[in-house]
Amino acid sequence: MDNRRLSRRGLIAAIVLHVVIILGAIIMFFPFFWTIITSISPGAGLGVTPKLVPENPSLGAYERLFSEQPFGRIILNSLGLALVTTVVQLFTSATAAYAFSRLPFRGQSAIFAIYLTTMMVPLQVLIVPLFVELKTFGLLNTYLGALLPTFASIFGIFLLRQAINQVPRELDEAATLDGAGHFQTFGRIILPNIRPALATLTVFAFMSSWNSFLWPLVVLRKPELQTLPIALAGLQGQYTTEWDIIMAGSVVSVLPMLALYIFAQKYVIQGVASSGIK
Amino acid sequence: MSVSYVTIPVPEGETSPIKPPRRRRNATPRVRATYALTVLAFLLPSAIPIVLFVLGPMVAAAWVSLHQWNLLSPMTFVGFDNYAKLLADPRTADVFLHTGYYILGYLPLVYIGGLALAMALNTALKGRSLLRGVYFLPVVTSWIVVALVWRWLLNPSNGIVNTVLGFFGIDGPGWWTDPAWAMPSIILASSWKDLGFVMVILLAGLQAINTDYYDAAKVDGAGWWRRLFSVTLPLLSPSTFFVIVISLINGFQVFDQVYAMTGGGPNGASQVVVQQIYDLTFRYQRAGEASALSWMLFMVILAITLIQVRGQKKWVTYG
Repeated sequence: MDNRRLSRRGLIAAIVLHVVIILGAIIMFFPFFWTIITSISPGAGLGVTPKLVPENPSLGAYERLFSEQPFGRIILNSLGLALVTTVVQLFTSATAAYAFSRLPFRGQSAIFAIYLTTMMVPLQVLIVPLFVELKTFGLLNTYLGALLPTFASIFGIFLLRQAINQVPRELDEAATLDGAGHFQTFGRIILPNIRPALATLTVFAFMSSWNSFLWPLVVLRKPELQTLPIALAGLQGQYTTEWDIIMAGSVVSVLPMLALYIFAQKYVIQGVASSGIK
Repeated sequence: MSVSYVTIPVPEGETSPIKPPRRRRNATPRVRATYALTVLAFLLPSAIPIVLFVLGPMVAAAWVSLHQWNLLSPMTFVGFDNYAKLLADPRTADVFLHTGYYILGYLPLVYIGGLALAMALNTALKGRSLLRGVYFLPVVTSWIVVALVWRWLLNPSNGIVNTVLGFFGIDGPGWWTDPAWAMPSIILASSWKDLGFVMVILLAGLQAINTDYYDAAKVDGAGWWRRLFSVTLPLLSPSTFFVIVISLINGFQVFDQVYAMTGGGPNGASQVVVQQIYDLTFRYQRAGEASALSWMLFMVILAITLIQVRGQKKWVTYG
């Protein structure tokens, strides 16, 4: 009797849980849905609130976005910067992680501590001197200027070091016995064994570059060099009340990230989960 | 999400778990030199950018903060005048207070929301990974998009939120056009974006808890709330610590969403520290003061992080 009552209570609890969680998910997803709906509702914002099912859906806002703005160029800018950042960060993070995990040297823990402390330094603390530094080198309004400060990632070093620490030492010792030096061990043993961590870092590096705002805003002042987040912030000034255009821009900027995310969701979530706590 | 904030080291026991092999003392100078070169080869690719673009600029910022400078004409040394000026200016207290307001609103919201979600998604639930994906989606979206979308959702005249409220006969507030509602609007958008991140961290923590504890608690007759406070929360304290440290560091650096949602307005009601640094530098060309404010911000973050690291012994249990 008691058991049956408990299980009925359990069943009700499970149903309530499902309903709440799914309702929550719908609420979480709603802003994305509403963005898409707005972007295909002509005249949205000009005194018009779109309907859940738009009456005359049109891609007009997207057409205007690409005809009135250099949006193709802007997407290419963001894509190029993100790709270079990702490749360079993978390289600098992997080599540093190998040094901290496998190459004991004097002062190693002190240097690692300094690396980690830099994580606490807000970019804003650096903005004035960085700006001046890049100006001195003549790198304002250049892609290189936007890229240079992104070349090292403390997060990447930390993540990959943890991954390399998990690779059994016997593997590289066997390689050493076969006559492999550190460069070969790194390339042939370590890198293939930390592929999941490399995938996590790829997504994160790409994402942080794709979404970064403050530094590109400061260094890339010419309109043709702009990246997506800055162009989007700019749309707001130009089309104050034409929300269909602003939302079309938002959709365009989210889609590539969404594709990458769906592809690598498993790694991203694992990467976050394992990044700090063990 | 800017990724630099994703990780903060857990300070205890975080040195390399693997004992490095001792170097042989009797290695020849040639072998030693080769080894040193190898270490350099692996370290320099990251060390060069860190020195040139983080450590160097940090020192330079301290130097600039002691000068009066409009970014163009030569600098004039003024000692600690910039700091004194900032401390005397009531706006400095304002921007720190607004930043504090943001953190105090945001942190409980994402923590309690994230915990509830993590606990729910930790149970046997159909379509669990899809749901986790949906909740995590805003995390990968840029702050600018989040800010724009929420600005539209919360548009006072014809945004969907006020339209729906109007349907129920409620006269929705002016949200980001109303000084009293500007910061809550930003907090709402930020919490929506970061909820999934906190959820995943706490989920990883929950999954590390040994279920024996729950069985033992049930045998002792502990109810749901009792188990939450006596088992779950104490054993989740390392994850909680991590979330709080990260959220505070990020909270003090809040900028993108403020810039795009309100620009610090209306009437400076949502002006935060970083927006003030940005304005001082690029609107008013007062680079010395901006650098001084930057260093004040860094000191506050450093102090709060150190206090937390010290204080963690009192409430964080590893085990």
